Amino acid sequence: MSTITTLPAQPSTPVAYRPPGFVADTWNVMVRELKPVFREPASVLFAMVQPLVFLGLFAPLLPEVENGSALQWFVPGIIAMTALMGASFTGANLTQEIVTGSHERLLVSPLNRSSLLVGRALKEVVPMLMQAGIIVAVVTPFSFDLHLGGIIVCMAMLSLFSIGVGSLSFALALVSKDQEWLFWTVQQTLVFPLLLLAGVLLPLEGAPGWLETASDLNPLKYVVEAARHLFAGSFPADTIAAGFAGAAVVAVLGLVVGLRAMRRSS
Amino acid sequence: MTHTQPVIRTAGLTKTFTRHKQTVEAVRGLDLAVHDGELVAFLGPNGAGKSTTLRMLTTLIQPTSGTAEVAGYDVVSGRRDVRRSIGYVGQGNAAGHAQRGRDEVVSQARAHGMGRAAANARADELLEAFDLAEHARRPVSTLSGGQRRRLDVAIGLVHSPRLLFLDEPSTGLDPQNRVNLQEQVQRLNRELGTTIVLTTHYLEEADAIADRVLVIDHGRLIADDSAARLKSALGDRISLGFASRDAAVAAAGRARRIANANVMLNDTDVTVRVPHGRDLAPAIVTALAESGTPAIRIEVVGPTLDDVFLDLTGRSLRESNETAETTVTQGAAA
Repeated sequence: MSTITTLPAQPSTPVAYRPPGFVADTWNVMVRELKPVFREPASVLFAMVQPLVFLGLFAPLLPEVENGSALQWFVPGIIAMTALMGASFTGANLTQEIVTGSHERLLVSPLNRSSLLVGRALKEVVPMLMQAGIIVAVVTPFSFDLHLGGIIVCMAMLSLFSIGVGSLSFALALVSKDQEWLFWTVQQTLVFPLLLLAGVLLPLEGAPGWLETASDLNPLKYVVEAARHLFAGSFPADTIAAGFAGAAVVAVLGLVVGLRAMRRSS
Repeated sequence: MTHTQPVIRTAGLTKTFTRHKQTVEAVRGLDLAVHDGELVAFLGPNGAGKSTTLRMLTTLIQPTSGTAEVAGYDVVSGRRDVRRSIGYVGQGNAAGHAQRGRDEVVSQARAHGMGRAAANARADELLEAFDLAEHARRPVSTLSGGQRRRLDVAIGLVHSPRLLFLDEPSTGLDPQNRVNLQEQVQRLNRELGTTIVLTTHYLEEADAIADRVLVIDHGRLIADDSAARLKSALGDRISLGFASRDAAVAAAGRARRIANANVMLNDTDVTVRVPHGRDLAPAIVTALAESGTPAIRIEVVGPTLDDVFLDLTGRSLRESNETAETTVTQGAAA
């Protein structure tokens, strides 16, 4: 074990202090959050285990449909599921930071409180895109038609959705503080009903009235519907607008709730 | 060292929490001033209010009432300026466990407004100084406790703050790492003139490194002085052994004539607690021998800060900690 030999009094190079700003702070938070993703890209697979299992074990059971393969119908839902899973898990990282202390250090740093939330939420787009890329790469060799234009528009919609879900997940982490079980209980309780009520695994056509009403209230349903059209290369304006509206509702709700939680964080 | 400019000033600083519908007064009307260049320790048992005070001074929580100025800024209205001016080493780890050490030093430098090149240069400089250069590209979760603690301090010093707060810095460290950390803290204070405020429930730590010890109990400041003066005010303990009960009784009678002495008689032993006891002891022994009741055994013990705490509160700090540490260990295991 060693003792320090030299104490760096002042930085040896002159330091240019920028005036603080929301954009710079948000950027710094996002870059920090992305470091572990880029250092360990395989980490994005963790949130993908369940969607990949569904893809592998569920897709072969799907009945053939008249126009196009069942995969064409199923994959957009699985990609939306991955986005939901990944972004909803993300608060667990914040829970860990709250437990180990690095969240506290960031709270004492000059970083803007809002940036601490927004920077994290924006980062969610990156693993989501990586995960979607992996799934598309996996299914393309099978009977799956690639419509790049539609996929790009769909990724924009899912980015908005991921930012919202990520913010909600962070808000849940902030409220749960160091009670990790609370975070996971709430997350698990919410995620599966949301998935089933969005028609990700099974079509909702012919559902009883109450189920239909519940699913109409689920923003993910509109996102998944729009994603299916976009992946098929069709652009019906009203469905796609509804998808973006659903994603935007989640994004706005997430940011409002997340910012409130972060400003109160101590 | 010049102690002129107060860098911390509080007036009636108070924090109350409501837990399970019960109001807990964690800090009750604290008035204190810390001057530039001081090394101050907040000493008290767990739950005494030291960390709550530190959390108010570092803007983590807002005071319920009263005011505090840190580095010239109000901790509520000027909290962003306070955050820019202070370094903070919390009870946990500053570096995220999923991150790599160097990335975290750089990110902290960036958070303080340094450009990319300056942040990288500063990170390398600090990692070198804290002997972390070879570990800095590993995930923080794989570092040892001592390495993580050095990383915490490095992160706290990124912007060369004039004022550094450390919350229970040596808790959980093995004795060697603890001494190492204490040396680093002292050198920061002596060589760079960094004002340092730390909390500790280790008596030895407060005694060994702080210029000034603020004893806090039940949210109140109950003593504020150098460790040496706090202890000398209490006096040394002189234990004398005698050949017979009669000799002890006679000696106790003589000892009671010493000014400010507190004398206790126990069988053939006499215990005298008196200021500057170690200076008086030779004369006492000589006088006892001349009067025909010579001491056959003598022990002079200086007071510890635990004696000071016991004298102030009627409780032993060591015992308070033992109870508290059991709780902490259980909490960590859960």
